[in-house]
Amino acid sequence: MSKRSNWSIPYVIFLVFFVALPLVLVMVYAFQDGQGRFTLENITKFFTDRDALSTFAVSIEVALENTGLCILLGYPAAWILANKQYNKSAVTIVLFIMPMWINALMRTLATAQLFTMLGITLGKGTLLFGMVYDYLPFMIYPIYNILAKMDKSYVEAAVDLGATPWRAFWKVTVPLSMPGVTSGILMVFMPTVSTFAISEFLTNNKIKLFGTIIQENINSSMWNYGAALAFVMLIIIGITTLFDQDKEEAEGGLI
Amino acid sequence: MKKFFAKLYIWVLLVILYAPLVFIAVFSFTESKVLGSWEGFSPNLYRNLLTGQMQGNASLLAAVKNTLIIAVIAAAVSTLLGTVAAIGIHNMKGRAKKAVTFLNNIPMINPDIITGVSLFLLFVFLHFSQGYTTVILAHITFCTPYVVLSVLPKLQQMNPNIYEAALDLGATPSQALRKVLIPQLKPGMVSGFILAFTMSLDDFAVTFFTRGTIGLDTLSTYIYTDARKGGLTPELRPLMTLIFLVILVLLIIINVRQDRLQKQNENR
Repeated sequence: MSKRSNWSIPYVIFLVFFVALPLVLVMVYAFQDGQGRFTLENITKFFTDRDALSTFAVSIEVALENTGLCILLGYPAAWILANKQYNKSAVTIVLFIMPMWINALMRTLATAQLFTMLGITLGKGTLLFGMVYDYLPFMIYPIYNILAKMDKSYVEAAVDLGATPWRAFWKVTVPLSMPGVTSGILMVFMPTVSTFAISEFLTNNKIKLFGTIIQENINSSMWNYGAALAFVMLIIIGITTLFDQDKEEAEGGLI
Repeated sequence: MKKFFAKLYIWVLLVILYAPLVFIAVFSFTESKVLGSWEGFSPNLYRNLLTGQMQGNASLLAAVKNTLIIAVIAAAVSTLLGTVAAIGIHNMKGRAKKAVTFLNNIPMINPDIITGVSLFLLFVFLHFSQGYTTVILAHITFCTPYVVLSVLPKLQQMNPNIYEAALDLGATPSQALRKVLIPQLKPGMVSGFILAFTMSLDDFAVTFFTRGTIGLDTLSTYIYTDARKGGLTPELRPLMTLIFLVILVLLIIINVRQDRLQKQNENR
């Protein structure tokens, strides 16, 4: 086993080149003007740009609501699926993961079309519904994974010791499943903030999310401002991931 | 009673989750231009799709081809790169290991758009002209971490003595690798490959930023452009229905098999 650790060298070089360097470049471009001089202008522009700020606020709001709804709807579903008493077949779980394999844009467009056909006006409500629809499997799956692996004797022990089933659920099951919930939050929150295209399709261009602004700036060659907006997002990601330690554990065995 | 409500909840969620997909499937059997207006039953869209004679844009088939080629190459390269890297990472220690694991996690934590924009800036910075190559490189970037994460647990479960034993019994290191290490890692490599493949198929944002202006389209970017122009190519409906059926059947087969294996093991 002499120098097996050297086997990671090609990948380390790859990571430095395609992961680290690009992120450094986001920072570099964010603090440069069009001529390559150092400037804080892009950052201050964001904090004084009323449109960008309100889009940012709307994105955070929609992401919070979406994450909350996904937990509210997804946790019971994951719990039922992980419970042998209610669900014996693996096929039901497959049915829940399955939509993740279908092109998200196509699903979104179909959802929007379905709303239109049912005579529902596209707006905030349809946006939330569509987002929950897109992201619910990403919340159910990590929670289900943790709950399915959980040792059921903890709950039995709590009940034996006199806890009501309800109390055992809140004091035992919920705390033990928290890693799955955090991992679900990570898989739903930031992706919601950063989506582009999906929000426009679901609201008929009425509501834009933060990702769209980044995309518009990059596509109209405003690279520096686009990079500054991406930088703002990187900082938020940095903060949110501080809360995350068990992501890998919960994600293990996605197939 | 409790059981009834539990089942009901699951089925209501599933019905809502599948409504749009069923909607597409139903309307794949009518020839109307717009999704949602029924103009009588007709299998013509399927025929058009299979013969390549589209009512709308013929580049749909090219986009499907691109999507598949990119996914196969990206998944194959990431599986190779990721497996070798996982063996290396498994044998690393301390700070170096932490640093590499951290870097490996970044593409999974970052939303697609950040990965896309940052790689776009890299290619701009290097004056690298964007097209097929850059899209594949970008896909390898966000796929490989998943392969690493699928292979690492297999390495941890493995008994290191088996490899040593093979060497003691006279196997060359390359024989020991082929006959002992690789077979043990295979399940991890396979699930890594499948994950990478599906991640690549599904990607929209990263492709969008790294495909350049040469008119390269994958299925996702094709749908995006199509929808922005107003109106989707009708043949997308049968295409999506077929993809949906293929994936559903594959997933069910895989899971029923796993179920059966598990039950066999339990009965032993």
